[in-house]
Amino acid sequence: MKTSFIMNASARYVLWACVLLSLFVLLRGHNEPGGGFIGGLIGALGFVFHALARGAGATRAVLRLQPLTWAGIGLLFGILAGLPALLLFGEPFLTQQWLGATPIGTTVLFDLGVYLVVLGFALAFVLPFMEA
Amino acid sequence: MEFLLALLFGVLLSAAIYLLMARSLARSILGLLLLGNAANIAIIASGRVLGWAPPLVAPGANALVADASNPLPQALVLTAIVISFGLTAYVMVLSWAVWRGKGTLDTEALRVAEPRGLPAADAREAAEAETLAADLLPTRTGAR
Amino acid sequence: MNWILALIPCLALLAVPAVALGLRARPALAPALALLPATLFGLILLLPLGATFRLDWMPAFGIGFGFRLDGLSQLMALLITGIGAGIFLFSGSYMTSYPKQHRFMAVLTLFMAAMLGAVLADDLIVLFIFWELTSLASFMLIGFEAHKPAARRAAQQGLLVTVSGGLAMLAGILLLGSAAGTFTISEILANRAVLATHAFTPWIIVLVAMGCFAKSAQWPLHMWLPNAMAAPTPVSAYLHSATMVKLGVYLLARLNPAFQEWALWQGLLTGAGTLTMLTGAVLALRERDLKRKLAWSTVVALGTLVTLIGLEEPLAATAAVVFLLVHALYKASLFLVAGILDKKAGTRDALMLRGLGRHMPLTAIAALLAALSMAGAPGFIGYMAKDLLFTVQLGVPGLLPLVALLVNAAMVVVAGVVAVRPFFGKPMEMERQAKDPGFTMLAAPLTLAILGLVFGLAPALISVNLVEPAAAAILGEPTGVALGDKQATEIVYYLSLVVLGLGVIAFLAWTRLQPRLAAQTWLDDYGPDAAYGRILRGVSVISGAVTRRVQTGSLRFYIGASVVLMFGGTLVLLVAGGGLGLPSADPLPLPHQAVLVGLVIAGAVAACRLQMLFAQVMAAAVVGFGVGILFLTLGAADLAFTQFTVETIAIVLLVAILARLPFRELDARRREEHRRDGAIAIGAGVVGFLTLLAVLSVPFDTQMPDWMGAAAWPEAKGRNVVNVILVDFRALDTLGEIAVLLIAALAATVLLRRARGK
Repeated sequence: MKTSFIMNASARYVLWACVLLSLFVLLRGHNEPGGGFIGGLIGALGFVFHALARGAGATRAVLRLQPLTWAGIGLLFGILAGLPALLLFGEPFLTQQWLGATPIGTTVLFDLGVYLVVLGFALAFVLPFMEA
Repeated sequence: MEFLLALLFGVLLSAAIYLLMARSLARSILGLLLLGNAANIAIIASGRVLGWAPPLVAPGANALVADASNPLPQALVLTAIVISFGLTAYVMVLSWAVWRGKGTLDTEALRVAEPRGLPAADAREAAEAETLAADLLPTRTGAR
Repeated sequence: MNWILALIPCLALLAVPAVALGLRARPALAPALALLPATLFGLILLLPLGATFRLDWMPAFGIGFGFRLDGLSQLMALLITGIGAGIFLFSGSYMTSYPKQHRFMAVLTLFMAAMLGAVLADDLIVLFIFWELTSLASFMLIGFEAHKPAARRAAQQGLLVTVSGGLAMLAGILLLGSAAGTFTISEILANRAVLATHAFTPWIIVLVAMGCFAKSAQWPLHMWLPNAMAAPTPVSAYLHSATMVKLGVYLLARLNPAFQEWALWQGLLTGAGTLTMLTGAVLALRERDLKRKLAWSTVVALGTLVTLIGLEEPLAATAAVVFLLVHALYKASLFLVAGILDKKAGTRDALMLRGLGRHMPLTAIAALLAALSMAGAPGFIGYMAKDLLFTVQLGVPGLLPLVALLVNAAMVVVAGVVAVRPFFGKPMEMERQAKDPGFTMLAAPLTLAILGLVFGLAPALISVNLVEPAAAAILGEPTGVALGDKQATEIVYYLSLVVLGLGVIAFLAWTRLQPRLAAQTWLDDYGPDAAYGRILRGVSVISGAVTRRVQTGSLRFYIGASVVLMFGGTLVLLVAGGGLGLPSADPLPLPHQAVLVGLVIAGAVAACRLQMLFAQVMAAAVVGFGVGILFLTLGAADLAFTQFTVETIAIVLLVAILARLPFRELDARRREEHRRDGAIAIGAGVVGFLTLLAVLSVPFDTQMPDWMGAAAWPEAKGRNVVNVILVDFRALDTLGEIAVLLIAALAATVLLRRARGK
């Protein structure tokens, strides 16, 4: 695939900027606009840009794991987030729990799961069409 | 505003159906994209907008302000956007696979599962199989 | 003790897979399988009459696994297991020449289990389930030799007739349950006074009778039974003479106490029964295939039994029970003899079989004993049955006595042709001399035939323990009839002699009579079997025509038809229901919102009107981003951002895919198709618009958003209420959604791999 020099050179930085931005959006999502869905999509956009510039092979190398595997891990996180309520506190599955008065709780794990599923899902569709 | 949203819904719905019925699968995909948008508008409108302020609880406050917009349809539509993208993306991939396999995107030409003239245009074929079985019964062979 | 009752059908059911696997590994063990029904036979004898067992299944509907052993079910269960033991023993040797013997024996075991469940059930729903299970087993057994078209057709016919009857019966059962307030049979019979005046009762009678008539091969649904003779002989002996076809009779008898005073019940049963007797007798005389001949005589017997149940005369109950027992004994025996003749002499043609007695003495003895019982010779239990039958039937006004006389004469002919003629006369020519089979195949027909004589000589063996309880169950009260008492008056006695004489004369003339009857082909051409064929052909013609119209294979047609139906229906409901309305107190849009809506509308119109695909994609993108900005102005920031990112990824994907597709392809619709599609689309849009306005005109309850807005921070520690809903309030929902995303990605990946592979 022929791409411009500018895209090629900036791809790495755009990718990491997007990933950082997406993580920021993910984490602030509980109080400000944002969250797992949007975060995952922004992250996916970064990887898509990277793939457009350097080809899907390079992007897959950055990802390490298959997009589907990332999505699977995400779903696992989502399920794990629901287990403490069920196993430890005798409450219904997915009743979210917090560490004392802190804002850190199972919701963070759950939203991270959503983030990974959305990221992996979008890339599983797009990356195959970015190969040469 | 709600009247305007309803009007927008009607127009998007019309456009979506018109494109869905096109003979080319590529245009049907566009129809699906528009249909997703139409459905989301309908959910937002029928769930009532209530107010135009974002549904964020201000620091120091305990509840939403009175003119905040309704968060529930927003949450539903948020997932609906992603899901309808999943559906559309799947149809895109499917169309591509169809093109690879059949070399056409004309829906009238795609008839592998339901070829023209099936079930047999002449129902006698099925009837003949039945008659054949009936004639093999011992009573018939014995009586004649 | 009572749990043994429930154990009996369960044991047989559990044995099914063991039989299939065990016999596949060791086919030689097949005759030993007879121990299973024999054991069950013993268990039934152990149980006291009146034993009950109940396990709740759907308590809310009053349905449970209720089982009960009374006189009638005891008689049936003993017949099923007793004759079953003989049949299993016989099949063990008879079926060795067939491939897949293990499967045959397994289905036969399944059938036995279903039969036991049906006759022991004290709950109508449970009875119905087992009832249908017997139909299913019968289907598999008739069609056992599936490579033969006649067997396939017969299996399908049997299934269609009995299961359609069963469907009517299910409706009847549900009505009966709601009328009586319970599905438990013993309770229904105990409270039968309710049914005497209930408005449902005529419907119940008709529907239940339809199911029973189909199962017990009553006219005009009798055609499946002779055709079922395509099954291997043990099946004909077991299912289609001794047990399954009696299930309809059983249920009629079981419910008789509740309906016996209804003229409808009496008329239906005696009418159908008499017609069935007459049809069966004529066609039995016409038939020359041994098995089909016996099948027609079974039809006669079933007609007789149904008639007896429909008669008011108290003696009829005893007559029915004795005749049922007698018929099961001699008919199973004769069928097995027919099977032996078929196997050893190589034909079942009654005109050809001659002079076999010398070389097959034991088979001949079994056949003769059974035939004497069938003909009602003195000393046999068949004589008592005939005595009771004549006494009851001749006492009825109308045509029945005459029909009964003729039919009984015809049965004498059948007995003679099946059991006497093949063994006497000039020996037939054959390649290999026929001789008696081994013990396993002779044991059952001999034992059953001898039992007919034993019971005839010593009726006390069965009178009090077996016959009276069963007859009392049919009547609903004790009968006061002792078996062995002479019932007949003198005139009946002389008439029965006349019948015997008539029968013997007809038997001697049969070889000349049969060809004349066979020449009457109109009996085939206009009979119920031909009608069945025509109905089936008609159904396939109609469904073919409907399918061709509805399932056109055109995606455009499917979408168009769905849209027209859905929105047309909505419009009708909207107008008829008076739901049209306008939202009240609708805040005016801000100027930029109005402009945005205009932009999106322009984008949508452009997406439709533009010719170039790429331009259309861009127009759709305008719509997507416009809607995103609109969300932003409505206070839905999360939505807006999601929409922007999704639109971007969707457009990237679409362009990446379209780059590999025929990009310049134009919309291939013709001008008039454009017009019609446009009209449908605009119509749907208008209906959608009106529907949404109607929804908006209804006042809105803000409880839910109010609660969510108030609870998000204090309870879920989040200020972004949308996000709190997604990850907390409706987290399970979200979990489902991300699972869907994962599945879509998985499906797409598989699809891509397969398409690539090409």
